[in-house]
Amino acid sequence: MLPILASLAGVCLVGLLIYGVSAQSVSRTLDERVKLGERPAAPDATRSLQTLEGGGRSSLAALRGKVVVLNFWASWCEPCQTEAPLLERAQRALLARRGTVLGVTYKDATPDSQSFVRQFHLTYPNLRDGEGSFARSYGTDQLPETFVLDRQGRVVAISRGEIDQAFIDRALALAQST
Amino acid sequence: MTGAPPLSRGPLRLLVALASLASLTLPFALPAGALAQARTSLPAIERQVMCVTCKIPLNVAQSPQADRERAFIQGLIDRGEGEAEIKNTLVAQYGPTVLGLPATNGFDLAAYLVPIAVVLTLLVLLVLLLPRWRRQARVQARSGKAAPALGAADAARLRSDLERFD
Repeated sequence: MLPILASLAGVCLVGLLIYGVSAQSVSRTLDERVKLGERPAAPDATRSLQTLEGGGRSSLAALRGKVVVLNFWASWCEPCQTEAPLLERAQRALLARRGTVLGVTYKDATPDSQSFVRQFHLTYPNLRDGEGSFARSYGTDQLPETFVLDRQGRVVAISRGEIDQAFIDRALALAQST
Repeated sequence: MTGAPPLSRGPLRLLVALASLASLTLPFALPAGALAQARTSLPAIERQVMCVTCKIPLNVAQSPQADRERAFIQGLIDRGEGEAEIKNTLVAQYGPTVLGLPATNGFDLAAYLVPIAVVLTLLVLLVLLLPRWRRQARVQARSGKAAPALGAADAARLRSDLERFD
């Protein structure tokens, strides 16, 4: 009786461990679908997040009909500092073409994020993902990460890491092609 | 060289009783804010939170982000916030991972439930097995009392040995 119970407990623990490893690993379903040429709907688009400057909330769904460059960033992230001027240039270009950059800060204190915005003279809207659940739905586990969405709110390009001008040009061409 | 006479222990006992009473009533006598202020310190909070970028406890983290977190916590302490308030603010700013505790939902719940399940299983096993072990021990003890009978030759040798000692 005792060996059976011990074996059962062992099997349960191993099962739990396997489930835990698979549940904790970051989802890359979006990347796989985009790589296959699909345009998956942007996850969690209706989740309402607080604006960085405070005094309101907004969501990705509020930007439906616009091309959106969704950028996850934090003030402590050095590549985020490098790509900030590039994103600001993209914002100026997008304004004329019914589009916008949307920044989402993650794992960062509000005052630090706000001084980052001032330091790099960012004019695009920024939201705060305090709990990190919005970032998690995109499989975000490193910063910066950028997702380009078309006017129907579908993901057309993903960059997990610092972006460059070539990525922006290619992704925006793709997003505006529909 | 002997200890103090019993009479001199009276005032000492009175002092100890007064000190105990004071320690019990002090928290109620002080305003809650003053108490939080008195208890909250940067090292105390540092021990309980993580550096969100380095993923190690803040009290051992050495990085620009760790310094920013420390400055942020110090700002909250200076504003007179208590430990619980500071932790809540940190979670709101950096997310729940800043506490370095498993979440209370999803798979992380297992971190709380598995130890409880293990302890309960061990208790159940003890309840089931202990009577059996005690029964076995009793049976062995009883069988140990009834010594096997000696053969005639052995009995004769034992007798002669005992006689030699007499």
